[in-house]
Amino acid sequence: MKKSIILFSMIALMSVSLQAQKYFTRTGTLTFFSETPAENIEATNNQTTSFLDISTGDMVFAVLMKGFQFEKALMQEHFNEKYVESDKFPKAQFKGKITNLDEIDFSKDGKYTAKVKGQLTIHGVTQEVMTEGTIEVKDGLILANAEFPLAVADYDIKIPKLVEDNIAKELKVTAVMKYEEYKK
Amino acid sequence: MKTLFLTISLFFACSLLNAQDDLMDLLESETEETTDYTIATFKSIRLVNGHTIETPAHGVMQMLISHRFGRINGGLYELFGLDQANIRVGLSYGVTDWLTIGVGRSNVFKTYDGYAKAKLLRQSTGKRVMPFSVTAVAGIAANSLRFQDTTRENFFSSRLDYYYQILIARKFSERLSIQVMPTMVHQNLVATRDIQNDLYAVGIGGRYKLTKGVSLNAEYYYRLTEQVAPNTTNSFAIGFDIETGGHVFQLMFANSRNMTDNLFLTETTGKWDNGDIHFGFAISRVFTVHRPK
Repeated sequence: MKKSIILFSMIALMSVSLQAQKYFTRTGTLTFFSETPAENIEATNNQTTSFLDISTGDMVFAVLMKGFQFEKALMQEHFNEKYVESDKFPKAQFKGKITNLDEIDFSKDGKYTAKVKGQLTIHGVTQEVMTEGTIEVKDGLILANAEFPLAVADYDIKIPKLVEDNIAKELKVTAVMKYEEYKK
Repeated sequence: MKTLFLTISLFFACSLLNAQDDLMDLLESETEETTDYTIATFKSIRLVNGHTIETPAHGVMQMLISHRFGRINGGLYELFGLDQANIRVGLSYGVTDWLTIGVGRSNVFKTYDGYAKAKLLRQSTGKRVMPFSVTAVAGIAANSLRFQDTTRENFFSSRLDYYYQILIARKFSERLSIQVMPTMVHQNLVATRDIQNDLYAVGIGGRYKLTKGVSLNAEYYYRLTEQVAPNTTNSFAIGFDIETGGHVFQLMFANSRNMTDNLFLTETTGKWDNGDIHFGFAISRVFTVHRPK
């Protein structure tokens, strides 16, 4: 009986501590960059929402496709209307995990390399992805940066022949997150 | 005791498995609902002859070059109308995302035209629900032909026409958009006493996307005013929009040779059942002149 009480209180304590170890942002920046000899296209979304659970290493991201801002209004319209079909698939999301959690000390300020693995869903298609980024712990904030390539064809996004030369087959995606402790 | 331990560890294991989903649910609950504005109700600022609710974005200049040939029933001698060509060159500029000013010049009556177009409502879902988009248009057109009779007193104001429109559109689906256009045209000078200076009309039109880049458009203006110029007809036109990157090509068949709003409403004489059909095409190109911050 005594044992079970200890166990219970341990679990209760753990779940409490789990609660306190979530970090959150709703103003994360996601940028993608397409480079071709014909033209360079860049789009940025400053309203990426994300949670990072430092006790488990779990990470989730969600972003509205219509929130990507392009330099040219017409590009933005074509991106939403024809390529990623934002009315049908309004969101992109990522569910994953930091796989080298033991190498990161969230209690101490410093810069660490983080390996992240998970499922990325864009345009209704889910793909397994892996990348390496940096995590910086500073004054109670967590800054996360990552850069990874993204093949348009992997997500069943069709680019018409006519503009094939203007859009790169592989985009460069950059994520910049500034997490604050989640309190609730 | 053992079972309790097992249950707890099982429960714990389960919660671990679902941790990412739980985190995603939490993320969703933390995400504020946003307003999702409908985009791309139409591909071009013109449905066929007339305006659509669309305007160029802030800082974007759109050039629209429209051609309208002679009547198809002119036969081989006229090469089915290709021997006669009318042209209108138009420029419109997005002063803001909701306000556009435009100018144009057409060779028919050497007409200069100008308009202002304001988006009043935008169709949206989500936090703010709006079933329709509404755009208002006010335009003016000036005939710049030399006065035929120079012995009498001529007034420049007699060359002016005005038109006003409320455009109400709804994008019903990815493919189908419908627009209704209550319209009024005021002509300062009409040919005879029997013709009213004010003409009221209601237009209805729409587009159906055949593929991602091609849509079928149609537009009909029914004139409510009875005292109109004799032998004039209601304007009806069908066309295709073909979108290629920064260009939109429009191919159309219309019973009017006119491309300015005041003229195709008041001066259309062709009858579709007679084969008085004018083939035409338009090319639009956008230029980003100014990049808003």
